[in-house]
Amino acid sequence: MSILIGNESKVIVQGITGRDGSFHTQQMLSYGTKIVAGVTPSKGGSEIFGVPIYDSMEEAVRETQADVSVIFVPPKFAADAIIEAADSGIKIIVCITEGIPVNQMVRVSKYLSLKEDVRLIGPNCPGLISPGKCKVGIMPAQIFMEGDVGIVSRSGTLTYEVVYNITKAGLGESTCIGIGGDQIVGTKFIDVLSLFKDDPQTEKIVIIGEIGGDEEERSADYIRANLRNKKVVAFIAGRNAPPEKRMGHAGAVILQGKGTAETKIKAFEEAGVKVASKPSDIPGLLK
Amino acid sequence: MKLIEYQAKEIFRNYGILTPKEYLATNPIEIVNLGKVMGFPLVLKAQVPVGGRGKAGGVKLVRDEVELEKGANQICGMNIKGCIVNKVLVSEVVSHENEYYISITLDRATGLPLLICSSSGGIDIEEISRKEPEKIEKIDYDLILGLKEYKLREVFNRLFSNVSNKSSFYIDFSGLLEKLVDIYFKEDATLVEINPLIISNGKFYALDAKILVDDNALFKHPYFEKFREEANDETLQEKMAREAGLTYVSLDGNIACIVNGAGLAMATMDLVKYWGGEPANFLDIGGSSNPEKMLNALRIILTNEKVKAILINIFGGITRCDDIAKGLLEAMQNLNINLPISVRLIGTNDESAKKMLFSANISVFSQMDEAIKDVVEKAKKEGI
Repeated sequence: MSILIGNESKVIVQGITGRDGSFHTQQMLSYGTKIVAGVTPSKGGSEIFGVPIYDSMEEAVRETQADVSVIFVPPKFAADAIIEAADSGIKIIVCITEGIPVNQMVRVSKYLSLKEDVRLIGPNCPGLISPGKCKVGIMPAQIFMEGDVGIVSRSGTLTYEVVYNITKAGLGESTCIGIGGDQIVGTKFIDVLSLFKDDPQTEKIVIIGEIGGDEEERSADYIRANLRNKKVVAFIAGRNAPPEKRMGHAGAVILQGKGTAETKIKAFEEAGVKVASKPSDIPGLLK
Repeated sequence: MKLIEYQAKEIFRNYGILTPKEYLATNPIEIVNLGKVMGFPLVLKAQVPVGGRGKAGGVKLVRDEVELEKGANQICGMNIKGCIVNKVLVSEVVSHENEYYISITLDRATGLPLLICSSSGGIDIEEISRKEPEKIEKIDYDLILGLKEYKLREVFNRLFSNVSNKSSFYIDFSGLLEKLVDIYFKEDATLVEINPLIISNGKFYALDAKILVDDNALFKHPYFEKFREEANDETLQEKMAREAGLTYVSLDGNIACIVNGAGLAMATMDLVKYWGGEPANFLDIGGSSNPEKMLNALRIILTNEKVKAILINIFGGITRCDDIAKGLLEAMQNLNINLPISVRLIGTNDESAKKMLFSANISVFSQMDEAIKDVVEKAKKEGI
């Protein structure tokens, strides 16, 4: 078993004809992901890599019964693309796009919270992969190996770094999810942890956090109370980040003294979660 | 993007929030001339984009011309946490008794704006929440209802239990909060703060102002570009990086870091420190695979004279390692780089990248730790 996606997931790519959208559609197809449709307004009726293109999500879902969508549209249009996906009946929306204004996301996340059974992953995320089954996102597939470690992260390439170390050590991954580096994301650490908790394939969990916000602290509380049956290891990026400076991700910023790496590390350690000093230490702590 | 006090106050006044009568000066002569027109007492406030200016001596009360001239000369050119003061707000003194705090900010936990008020204004909100957490009032903003009336009334009654003429005050107070909400949404802010907020002659005044604007929404507000130019708070490298579409944050060390991805870039600077070195910067060249980016990144870090060694850490995914190698070799030819370089490349097309770099005598590592240990060693040798 994996979480959220699997062999049977039927995926639509929103923005399939764009530079990133088309490149990653090819990558996902070669991984074996069932991409059943693409959506680009005004390009309906044509196809790309054998995938039919529709003008709207409503039409694409009606024709294909897809349940997952992945969004590659530019930031100005991405919030609307999320809403369109939610209205079309898609259950899992993965938004790769970086740069959506935060007050748009305030409204989008409120709107989604009023809908039942819709989950947004991202925005500003690398997507998710269940090795050997399905990839919905942009991560390099060759570093993954099927296994029992669940990974959840606010980052992209740092996640690859951790996965690379885990796979090299002979451990593999059950599902790896990048939840995104923005201030407001659809799926939070705790949401993923609770899915991993009930996933029989996931025996161990790695949580990759960074400065900004207090999701790591909340996760530590959750782990202490609910996740005693699985081994959890954490890594926090940004121990040396200066305050008030945005470190690349919109959400990676220490504001008014809040969101430092120290408080996050302390919270995890107090919850009995081992915190790795560097990515290469993670496999050792999992064993 | 953080607006400086005088910029934030310009926005406040546009929305009808009162501020003291004040003017911006750029040198001591202007300050002295303003003082003669405005009369005394006056407050001189350094306009810098960093906190803690009061403690650093960047705010001065002057009562006559002698003090004015002395204060003007002290404050202009003053270095506050690395920022040189070249703008000063010359402000009238507004008499008041109590100082309050109010702000609206994004609450990441709920995903909604949150209003925070306190009767203990004038000090940092962190300090208030540490010392007197019971004096912090919070009002959730509802996307359908806005500010709930009954909540507003409760908070008002606790904050202003001793003012006379309550009903007209209440109208002013709720109007003020509405204005903050307006600024928050219309200007795409993530924080709008008045601290201290005071009452003088029965009216609310913002004595200080802070606004953080969402960088992702700057495209909607072209006039903020003028503010950024005036603020001039970026280092040369930060400015060059922004113009090249890269993310750069200046740090104090001597090891320049070029990394793809924000999380990996943060982890890289943490590991430089872990292995005994000091990072000179955070630099994320992003995900795409354009050799030009490497050239730009090197151009930027070479302008920093403190740099003794260069670390390149790339985890190839969308970014192809051979493109990185190509960009690096081009840069080596064009930019005359005399500093030692340690390169870590792994992922997409790393084998051909390694071959290209080996033939140019550049050491390439597969492991992040090894590359970082190597660059720390090299920086130490260069530093002697």
